[in-house]
Amino acid sequence: MGTQTIFFREALNQAMVEEMERDPAVFLMGEEVGQYNGAYKVSLNMLDRFGPRRVVDTPISENGFTGIAIGAAMTGLRPIVEFMSFNFALVAFDQIVSNAAKTLYMSGGQFPIPMVLRGPGGPAAQVAAQHSNVVDSLFAYFPGLKVVSPSTAYDAKGLLKSAIRDNNPVVFIENEMLYGLKEELPEEEYTVPIGEAEVKVQGSDVTVIAYSRMAHMIQGALEEFAKENISVELVDPRTIRPLDVDTIAASVAKTHRVVILEEGHRFCGVGAQIADDIYSRCFDDLDAPIVRVTHTDNPLPYAKNIEAASLPSPAQVIQAAKQVLYRL
Amino acid sequence: MAMLLSMPSLSPTMETGVITTWRKSVGDHIDVGEVLAEIETDKAVMDYEMADEGFIRAFLVEPGQEVPVGTPIAILSETADEDISETEQQAKSQAPAAAPQPKAQDQPPAAGNGSGQPPAAPAAPQQPAPAPAQPPATPPQQAQQAAAPPQAQQAPAPSAAPAPAAPGDGRVRISPFARKLAEQQGLNWQSLQGSGPGGRIVARDIEGAIAGGAPPAQAPAPQAQPASGAAPQAPAPARAAQPPSGPLPPFEDLPLSMMRKVIARTMTQSKQTVPHFQTSRKVRVEAFLELREQLKAQFPDVRISINDMLIKACAVALRKHPVINSQFLDDRIRRFNTVDVAVAVNTDDGLITPVVRNVEQKGFAQIATEVRALAEKARERKLTPEEYQGGTFTISNMGMFGVTEFNAIINPPQAAILAVAGVMREPVVQGDDIVPGQTMMITLSSDHRVIDGVAAAEFLATLSSIIETPLAMLM
Repeated sequence: MGTQTIFFREALNQAMVEEMERDPAVFLMGEEVGQYNGAYKVSLNMLDRFGPRRVVDTPISENGFTGIAIGAAMTGLRPIVEFMSFNFALVAFDQIVSNAAKTLYMSGGQFPIPMVLRGPGGPAAQVAAQHSNVVDSLFAYFPGLKVVSPSTAYDAKGLLKSAIRDNNPVVFIENEMLYGLKEELPEEEYTVPIGEAEVKVQGSDVTVIAYSRMAHMIQGALEEFAKENISVELVDPRTIRPLDVDTIAASVAKTHRVVILEEGHRFCGVGAQIADDIYSRCFDDLDAPIVRVTHTDNPLPYAKNIEAASLPSPAQVIQAAKQVLYRL
Repeated sequence: MAMLLSMPSLSPTMETGVITTWRKSVGDHIDVGEVLAEIETDKAVMDYEMADEGFIRAFLVEPGQEVPVGTPIAILSETADEDISETEQQAKSQAPAAAPQPKAQDQPPAAGNGSGQPPAAPAAPQQPAPAPAQPPATPPQQAQQAAAPPQAQQAPAPSAAPAPAAPGDGRVRISPFARKLAEQQGLNWQSLQGSGPGGRIVARDIEGAIAGGAPPAQAPAPQAQPASGAAPQAPAPARAAQPPSGPLPPFEDLPLSMMRKVIARTMTQSKQTVPHFQTSRKVRVEAFLELREQLKAQFPDVRISINDMLIKACAVALRKHPVINSQFLDDRIRRFNTVDVAVAVNTDDGLITPVVRNVEQKGFAQIATEVRALAEKARERKLTPEEYQGGTFTISNMGMFGVTEFNAIINPPQAAILAVAGVMREPVVQGDDIVPGQTMMITLSSDHRVIDGVAAAEFLATLSSIIETPLAMLM
């Protein structure tokens, strides 16, 4: 039962390597994944290990190479498509939404599309408006796609392996700011099932629902909550779609108060969906209306101070928690 | 700069107030600490001292007009003649009685029924909370935003509460979970005051009501059986009784004073939720009266009454029977370590029970002095909340009216009350003879959730042996 302390990006690397060893149909393609060892070094050493047929450097043509990947998936391969960031995946939005998401259905089941579309998404550090999009709800919107977004290295490795083994197109949204986190992981192989949320922190006063970088932010701010005498129960959905409403509902039944935190915008954000599910399932368990903390309604600026002001902070989540606790 | 002054919350149980006298006039300057008005609360008439200084520009309520806590009552401005039209507008929009929002228990649900607060006696089923004033009209979260512009983050704009005051459409607002809690406990929530935005009843209000022993929900039809858990009394309806039909004899209607309302509410709640039983004992008081005569002779300047001595006797007995000096809280019994005796005092307006604290440490003289002072303050409606709240036991003495026997209603959340009747000269048995003697009937009403029959009987046995052999108080 050994453990290893590795970076988040290494955990992703291990997931891909293990799955490529296990199944010769799995291959990786994307910009800079091969010779450059990955724009963020996630695919470090993979070209050396697996060769150019299984680690494929692509031109800067997301629409084109995503289409190629879909074709590969239709003919028996299991591609992992890396987007240098999900902002660029939007160039291939039509491929993903019209072809990847719908081909199984439109072909009457003849052509499953077992592929993973992965890369970093969301704001980073002053990468400005066009490179800071949070695309989670855009992809979660379409039936036929699964959307996963882990907040810890453990979850990232386990979920990526599950995503690669899944016969559906899985949009796997990482976060650049988490790549450098170190974490202790088991040495032996494991997977994390898609579609299962996890209570990351047990608490009794308020259910805070957050995923990816936001879940990580709350984990790091627990002391601030404790200072305000707020016992937080942090529920990390881990998978956006399909959403694990059962785990969320159990937490709401326990605390009766909900704050939903997301890095994306408010209107039609993932939190709006989660709120709808909670109101439908847990109406009688709520002592207060749900409060959402989100990205403000503006494109994210380059200026550091306005970027910070546009994004959620622990202080805002504490205020939201106080609001649902009627302590304001 | 002009500001609105609102009806202040002068006691934790105060929900409405009446200006009895304005002590300043429009146009006057008033300093910090000066009294602006005398305000009648549910318990007493209290001075409203200013926390700000300025010029009084307008009075917004009439003396004698009852308004909820938080209602604007006056306009104060920094200078004597600046424009106050904006403030007047603001006052108008807040004016017609915003629903009162007394703070119920401010404890997190995990702490149980939040009964950490000392009980308020005699009235108010809700536990007192420390917070005084109303929340400000502007949503406070805006003042605390981390950084600048877009308010789209916090909920004030879209989903959550608009104004703190209830919209005044008559609907009682309650959160779904609070409603579920209330129904589980069989609690009638319609008459509760909510502490949430818009007067919303929220979970902590239900928990507070349960801890304070609020009345259970009643079946709508008057003849129906009371909801399970209610005392087997005729169901008293939560609303006003319907007037009888048919031609009425001539009558006059008297408005309810606040004190009367509180007494009505508390006594009803007590009888409905506390399982009362009475235990009586006729005690021989010759030795007790003789002791008083001796003390009068030795200390001619000290006036002590039989009741003062009885208060002390009760404290001694209560120390030996702590179960009587207790309280029933939903999931535990609270035993008090001191004996704080509430003494029933009759005033023009009704009954009030000021408290003598730590009686076990005090002698007759100190008890007598305190009781006299408290009774006088009570009659003048000048008791402060600290003087009438709390109490672990109550004595009600109707002896001076010639009552031979009676039983009293327990002051929740106490567990017992002693009714003391008059001293009667009557034949008593002494050995094999019948001789004239002096007796007094004492009746203990007990809360059967805490006190069983034998416990009550044993307490009375101890108490009567103390009264009959007063030197036992020294043991």
